[in-house]
Amino acid sequence: MIQKKYENTAKAIADIHDGATLLVGGFGGSGLPSHLIAALVEQGAKNLTVVSNNIGAVSDGVAALISNNQVKKIICSFPVGPHADDLIARLQNGTIELEIAPQGTLAERIRAGGAGVPAFYTPTAAHTELGEGKETRMFNGRLHVLEHAIIGDFAFIKGHKADRWGNLVYNKTQRNFNPVMATAAKITIAEVDEIVEVGELDPENIATPSVYVHRLIKLEPQREGRVLVNE
Amino acid sequence: MSKDEQKVGWSKIELASRVAQDLEDGWFVNLGIGIPTLVADVIPEGREIILHSENGLLGLGPKPEPGEEDMDLVNAGKEPITLKPGGCFFSQSDSFAMIRGGHLDAAILGAFQVSMYGDLASWKLPNKPLGRVGGAMDLTVGAKRVFLCMQHSSKGVPKIVEECTYPLTAPRCVDRIYTDLAVIDVTDDGLVVQELAPGVTFEYLQANTAAPLKILETRLSKGDSAVI
Repeated sequence: MIQKKYENTAKAIADIHDGATLLVGGFGGSGLPSHLIAALVEQGAKNLTVVSNNIGAVSDGVAALISNNQVKKIICSFPVGPHADDLIARLQNGTIELEIAPQGTLAERIRAGGAGVPAFYTPTAAHTELGEGKETRMFNGRLHVLEHAIIGDFAFIKGHKADRWGNLVYNKTQRNFNPVMATAAKITIAEVDEIVEVGELDPENIATPSVYVHRLIKLEPQREGRVLVNE
Repeated sequence: MSKDEQKVGWSKIELASRVAQDLEDGWFVNLGIGIPTLVADVIPEGREIILHSENGLLGLGPKPEPGEEDMDLVNAGKEPITLKPGGCFFSQSDSFAMIRGGHLDAAILGAFQVSMYGDLASWKLPNKPLGRVGGAMDLTVGAKRVFLCMQHSSKGVPKIVEECTYPLTAPRCVDRIYTDLAVIDVTDDGLVVQELAPGVTFEYLQANTAAPLKILETRLSKGDSAVI
């Protein structure tokens, strides 16, 4: 019988190794797999390459891994926010590398990684600093830059409900980067509010099919009666 | 700027309302971070304009009532918003396929600088250690129209210039500029003022703009002696 549920976050992330590439879903605090991140801070794997849209928007996001000196390289679109000070300090002393990618290019590089496409051309960032040094080609009279796929060793994603097989549904804009990142890692680990039996999720609503999800962690509900606002 | 000068022109919400006036029934429109997000609160009555949020939403509505905020229902600025009936959610890659694929009628964005040719600089300041591009580069190449919605000047320094000195978001991409002082079109014939905000003369506008402006005589304010 398929069983992807792990009894705790520590076991679900225990094999993340030094030097791993990690995709982290979320947009600011929404859809952020913050419990998996907290477990990885405890676990301590180092020299990670972390791919995530926002760095520094919230304290329990990728900023926590940076502050704990676990990150070698960041690939993101928006490295600015109230919790970006440690990133700035490490950039200034040369202990971390930052690659800024336009948000749509970042999403498409991840999509390509999950879809078996090694690279693609896009008009985004042509004639700009972020397109410098990249291969270019004209299509229909317009300059395009070549962008390469991103594949993670692991992905941390956040869903609302999973079934035992790992099919996922999301809650509102919590979806954001989670479905695409789920496709692009060798091991995708999802933290969800609830795990239900196979057949209970409406097949029309499943946004991430089970083929992409390898491990599940169920969180204790904690948001009842509490309004969570981004920091 | 003196205090008197700050009173000239549109407030932020008036500026957002002025932009909203030009959005047509049935348009799909993306709102950027900052003043553009205010447009969601001032869509004219009776007009169906479907707002897109880059984090994966169509049908963005006004801000929620206090106490109704939901952390899983946020806009591109990560602020709580509401969903209108007919709205829907989708992934980030779908959201940017929509943007890059040319499906949005307009993107309303902020700017650090815009040139007289429509070059936009909006993601990195020379004196800051980090740039933050977000979806701006995808929106500028993908949306059918790019409208800027911004303060005319930053700390007294004009943002409309002959050539951008900050790193570009995209060249030749801006169609129209809405500021607290005026509405200005970027045309093959240069920057053409379409409307002056209340109390703003063409001479005052030109004095606060670091690129040459043109205006039709019929659009001049009282008190303008200049005829272009």
